[in-house]
Amino acid sequence: MDAREMIARRAALELRDRTLVNLGIGLPTLVARFVPHGLRVAFQSENGILGFGARPPEGMEDPNLTDAGGGFISAEPGAASFDSAMSFALIRGGHLDMTVLGGLQVDAAGRLANWMVPGQLVPGMGGAMDLVTGARRVIVAMQHAARGESKIVPRLSLPPTSERRVSLVITDLAVIQPTPEGLLLRERAPGIPVMAIIAATAAPLIIPGEVPEMPLDGPARAAA
Amino acid sequence: MRRSISAAEAAAMIPDGARLMIAGFVAVGSPERIIDALVARGARDLTVIANDTARPGLGIGKLVEAGCVARAIVSHIGTNPVTQKKMLAGELEVELVPQGTLAERVRAGGAGLGGVLTPTGLGTLAAEGKQVIEVEGRPYLLETPLRADFALLHAQEADHEFNLTYRLTATNFNPLMAMAAECVIAEAVETVPVGVIPPDAVRTPGLLVDHLLERAH
Repeated sequence: MDAREMIARRAALELRDRTLVNLGIGLPTLVARFVPHGLRVAFQSENGILGFGARPPEGMEDPNLTDAGGGFISAEPGAASFDSAMSFALIRGGHLDMTVLGGLQVDAAGRLANWMVPGQLVPGMGGAMDLVTGARRVIVAMQHAARGESKIVPRLSLPPTSERRVSLVITDLAVIQPTPEGLLLRERAPGIPVMAIIAATAAPLIIPGEVPEMPLDGPARAAA
Repeated sequence: MRRSISAAEAAAMIPDGARLMIAGFVAVGSPERIIDALVARGARDLTVIANDTARPGLGIGKLVEAGCVARAIVSHIGTNPVTQKKMLAGELEVELVPQGTLAERVRAGGAGLGGVLTPTGLGTLAAEGKQVIEVEGRPYLLETPLRADFALLHAQEADHEFNLTYRLTATNFNPLMAMAAECVIAEAVETVPVGVIPPDAVRTPGLLVDHLLERAH
């Protein structure tokens, strides 16, 4: 199992039955492949649909049915489409149970930066600021480090996406819960000792007496 | 029965320097025929209010490549490297707006509201220069309404009174922008007689639509 799949599998265990969930582009999109068996989760795409499904077979695509990245999708039974104001009213108004987003940095206060690197990469925030501000739970799914540098830092050096403290950070090394007191180490990746996580993390961590290995299977089952 | 116009006639109505709202999300739900006509006319100095600038060769991306756009008010340019290059070269001014805020600013513009209060963007670069207003103990950013000279729409069906429907995720900003411009120009996939679209299914009433493109040949 590669690091991205491991992060996606662990993030999928945060899904709950009969909830509305928005997955960001990239690694978070993989979470949809590992929905635990028996759960009914409606996925929202901010361009205006809830209840979307996998890309249809070649030749069956509808040019008017795409995800936020412009990729073709399908619609599950019970799906609904709407305009952009409604889509963001769902996100901002407390109707979106959870979002899983990628990250560039998370800091000790639990703030997320994921929309620009000044002078280098300015894609724009798209829906990210609304999602982080409005979703009931915000899960950050990302690699622990980039180019050898910890992405979990004492204080953001990149522009924040929101002032809001995110709910959970899932990386290839650990599961970390930002709290008012600081970053709490909740779980470690299989075979990774706590000391290795501390060494790979630039921000201070709160270490409880016991740090279990992260569950990856449990009730989960990989779909197609 | 109302008369339709050609794409070239639509493009001729839109002067250089105009402020346009163009619907679509990575070109899904964008009026490609009007865009093509604007490129063919060699439009210049346009301000474009839209979700994004699509991709090179697609939707608003074609206007950017052809040098028609001087200023873009959008939520995302990550799918179009040409926009990013022109922005860094100083050829194109880009104002980035959070997507939900953009939708609400357009809605406010079309609904006669003086703006909206949103928590989105507080404490970020999106808050720069904006007023923070506290309501019932919670802070919000005051976001002002957006309006345009023209709204360019893509509908699924248009009837002979220009009532419009939209399809699935091609809906996006179309019904919002239909409310927020002095002149509304739509192109539709299908043109149908009045009555084919039941009143409950009309998403934009034809009274709001100034011009409809003739059907594609």
